[in-house]
Amino acid sequence: MTSQAAADPVLIKPVLSGHAIIRSIKAAGIEHVLSVPDITTSDGLLWPIARDPSFRLVRVCKEDEAIGVAAGLWACGKRSLILIQNTGLLYSMNAIRAIAIEYRQPICLLVGLLLKEDDVPPENSRQFGVRIVPRILQVLDIPYHVIESDQDSSALTSSIDAAYDESRSVAFLIGRSPVP
Amino acid sequence: MMKRDEAFRILAEHVRHDIVVSTYSSAFDWLEIRPHALNYVAVGAMGLASSHALGLAIGRPDRRVVVLDGDGSLLMNLPTLVTIAEVAPSNLVYFVSVNRTYEANGGHPIPGSSFVDFSAIAKGAGWLKVHSHSELEAFREELPSILSQQGPVFVSLHAEAGRATPSNYAFIHSDKAREQFREHLAAV
Repeated sequence: MTSQAAADPVLIKPVLSGHAIIRSIKAAGIEHVLSVPDITTSDGLLWPIARDPSFRLVRVCKEDEAIGVAAGLWACGKRSLILIQNTGLLYSMNAIRAIAIEYRQPICLLVGLLLKEDDVPPENSRQFGVRIVPRILQVLDIPYHVIESDQDSSALTSSIDAAYDESRSVAFLIGRSPVP
Repeated sequence: MMKRDEAFRILAEHVRHDIVVSTYSSAFDWLEIRPHALNYVAVGAMGLASSHALGLAIGRPDRRVVVLDGDGSLLMNLPTLVTIAEVAPSNLVYFVSVNRTYEANGGHPIPGSSFVDFSAIAKGAGWLKVHSHSELEAFREELPSILSQQGPVFVSLHAEAGRATPSNYAFIHSDKAREQFREHLAAV
């Protein structure tokens, strides 16, 4: 009975650790994190980043500021990551439209999906504000990756590298709260 | 009230090697007054010039970053004043041209055009060095002192549009404007 339960994929919860995400973004050369706090990623990501002296954390008041700061940093050759909530992504849409899309600046977005149900694809979420995010990113032609496990987070490094190498944007949708 | 282009001509004498971030009407004036590879044009999403400038100031702490914003633009991103005060970049000097209109969008009055006090807002947001000028000669006299201060420094320039300058939207939105800035900055 026990061995059957252990083998049942329904009962095996994927693990998403903040440590694995942080390791991946460091490997991508991210020096600066620009953020408005998000409850999904607060304990597992933002607090550890805030305590990590190898990052410079800039706490902005609203998310579109972060898009401008990231563009200024990139003009200096510095890589940054924007850590926000899906509500903030929606708020900053005009800045993303101009800077990320029309000016083709490498804007890397790590987006916590507020109240998304575990193991449910964002496009199938009961939360309207979550469900529309993939479609909006598709309209903007911003590639995105859903991050729900440590295996998913291993894609961060190469995707951020590609975004900076090709001067285009990328989004990572954090679908469950990472464990610290 | 002084003319914006006259104030910028005075400023240009003092910022020969600085990064200068400008936007819309200020940019059109500035690009004609000081054509330079370290001019960074912050357009596309109105209000974010100071945010671009903060990124530049963090990314290049060895170089002074001067911002030429407009009052309509600042109103679209007022929280930037708190963010910058928190980061407190010592190499950032922020000028806002106060003409109390959305000059680039038809000359309509900004909200609060009869009473809004940007210097008071900056002080309340945590800026410790705040200046306000409406007379050209006084500005000319005090500018060296302003620029010698450790940033962040906030300056309200009560200035109306002066001589009309060409509005080269094609350039300010171009890849060329961004690429030549980035290449030049990497080389200096």
